[in-house]
Amino acid sequence: MYDAKKIIPGLIIFALFFTFPFWFNLGTAAYTTPELELPDPEEHEHCIESTEYMRAEHMAMLDEWRDIYVRDGYQEYWSELNQEYFLTSLTKTCMDCHSDKEKFCDRCHEATAVDPYCWDCHIEP
Amino acid sequence: MKAIYSLILVVALILIAIVGAGLLGIGYLFGVIIPYLAVLVFVVGFVVRVVSWGRSPVPFRIPTTCGQARKSLPMFKDKWNRLDNPGTKLGVVGRMFFEIVLFRSLFRNTRVEMHQGPHIAYSSSKWLWLFALMFHFTFLLIFLRHMRFFTEPVPGVFVMMDQMDSMFQILTPALYLSSVLILVALGYLLLRRLLVPTVRYISQPADYFPLFLIIGIVISGMLMRYIGVFKTDLMPVKELAMGLVQFSPTVPDGIGTTFYVHLFLVSVLLIYFPFSKLMHLGGVFLSPTRNLPNDSREKRHVNPWNYPVKFHTYEAYEDENRKAMVEAGLPVEKPLEEETEETSGEEASDDNAEKKE
Ligand code: HEC
Ligand code: HEC
Ligand code: HEC
Ligand code: HEM
Repeated sequence: MYDAKKIIPGLIIFALFFTFPFWFNLGTAAYTTPELELPDPEEHEHCIESTEYMRAEHMAMLDEWRDIYVRDGYQEYWSELNQEYFLTSLTKTCMDCHSDKEKFCDRCHEATAVDPYCWDCHIEP
Repeated sequence: MKAIYSLILVVALILIAIVGAGLLGIGYLFGVIIPYLAVLVFVVGFVVRVVSWGRSPVPFRIPTTCGQARKSLPMFKDKWNRLDNPGTKLGVVGRMFFEIVLFRSLFRNTRVEMHQGPHIAYSSSKWLWLFALMFHFTFLLIFLRHMRFFTEPVPGVFVMMDQMDSMFQILTPALYLSSVLILVALGYLLLRRLLVPTVRYISQPADYFPLFLIIGIVISGMLMRYIGVFKTDLMPVKELAMGLVQFSPTVPDGIGTTFYVHLFLVSVLLIYFPFSKLMHLGGVFLSPTRNLPNDSREKRHVNPWNYPVKFHTYEAYEDENRKAMVEAGLPVEKPLEEETEETSGEEASDDNAEKKE
């Protein structure tokens, strides 16, 4: 091969770059989905909607609530699952049941590197 | 037709993933085996292709790449050509840097225009450069941002990229600017092939297929993030991704079909890559008009594939025939000498000729 002195280091850099996640995680403990601290099942059986729905849509729900609140003030959100009304509030509703943000919201968000900016203004319970 | 053929191919790939991972539920094939295979084919294929390029000799420096050959005439100032036609290693590093990072030669792209009468003008055309740059950089950014699925804890750089990319805080989950920009750029690159007659004429399925494939990857990714029914829970996705890179693959429950479509299209892209024009990723580093200093006037470059030629210099020829030449009255370089010295001189020159071979 011609110019092997340049091409081979180049290829090594390429391979190192592309396989970054393979060697970056070497020696670290096997990843497991973080444990969440859920509300006492005696008191609350369900979240506002089904767990699957909450996992995928909680941010959309909060976004909707925020719009509702800013336009019309607090409204009641009817949950078919719980047969119950919930106040459209981040702090008073979500954080009432999920009172430890660090052991709930943050565990997921840190794992997936999401950083909701809500807490720039809203108070963490 | 060529575009439709490529589109059908991509749609077929999407259907394969929907049927395979979604309906039949063979998540292990689509989530573990195919991705591993894809990474292997990509890395090995890439290296093999670059090494095969490295085997072909590059005969000589190309003296007029963009500027006039340096130091050819006093009227051509060196400072004009320090980047376009450099004679030093440093200049070449600069030229390669701007080529790879800013696509400098694409920036010089021109368009031919016919004006009234027999008058042709070349005007600069920067759109291709602009959208090509946009596409490549957003792709890189998205690729790097995705490292949040493959690292634990996620290094700060990736978190920072994420925050910068979503800084306008539109929608929840926040809209990434790069996702929007890459769609715009891909849209331009596709429409250019479809609508500009001259470009359309030379476009092949090999040009449309990667475009549709990448558009498919981007759209499936965005659907998975923003659109209700396509959404997927990211926690099991991270578990799958981490399983792959820690060599303890698992296929957790609760991953949506959209994710498998996304991952399958990415795997196909990786497998397709080393065999396609996308190899310009490695090729750009080996472009002879960009990576060789134009120093043919300062250094002697020997053609690497030169066959060892047997040559017979005039000196040796004269040594052999001096006597006859002098007798015939021909002019000689060295005068005829004593008998004994002449023979020893002949031997010495024969040795020289052999050494040169
Ligand atoms: C009535 C109390 C209550 C309220 C109010 C509530 N949650 Fe929940 N939440 C729960 C319970 C209980 C669970 C566990 C459900 C289960 O395990 O099936 C849960 C689960 C979740 C999960 C899924 C966690 C997992 O296991 O992956 C998310 C996400 C979530 N909640 C977010 C929210 C958000 C956001 C709000 C505010 C919009 C909210 N919750 C309001 C009680 C509540
Ligand atoms: C089961 C894990 C999980 C839990 C628990 C959870 N989240 Fe999330 N959250 C996510 C994921 C994953 C995303 C990013 C979604 C995406 O990118 O598709 C997200 C995104 C968000 C966003 C949008 C962020 C953005 O990009 O702008 C908000 C707001 C949010 N979560 C609020 C909360 C709050 C408040 C809680 C606690 C009550 C909570 N989440 C609990 C997983 C979780
Ligand atoms: C710039 C600061 C700011 C940020 C960032 C912010 N909010 Fe708010 N939010 C407010 C203020 C101020 C109010 C109260 C408005 C009023 O009382 O008129 C509010 C009210 C709300 C309410 C209704 C009131 C309540 O009790 O909760 C919801 C829900 C809400 N915000 C959700 C969110 C979510 C979700 C996010 C993140 C995606 C977010 N907010 C980010 C300032 C902010
Ligand atoms: C070259 C490769 C890839 C490209 C170009 C690509 C592109 C995209 C794009 C444009 C999005 C939209 C949201 C965003 O920008 O983050 C996205 C989302 C996503 N991609 Fe990829 N992707 C690639 C590889 C992968 C791989 C290998 C995985 C496997 C883990 C993956 C998993 C995901 C997931 C889970 C989402 C949703 C993110 C969310 O909901 O926040 N992607 N992808």
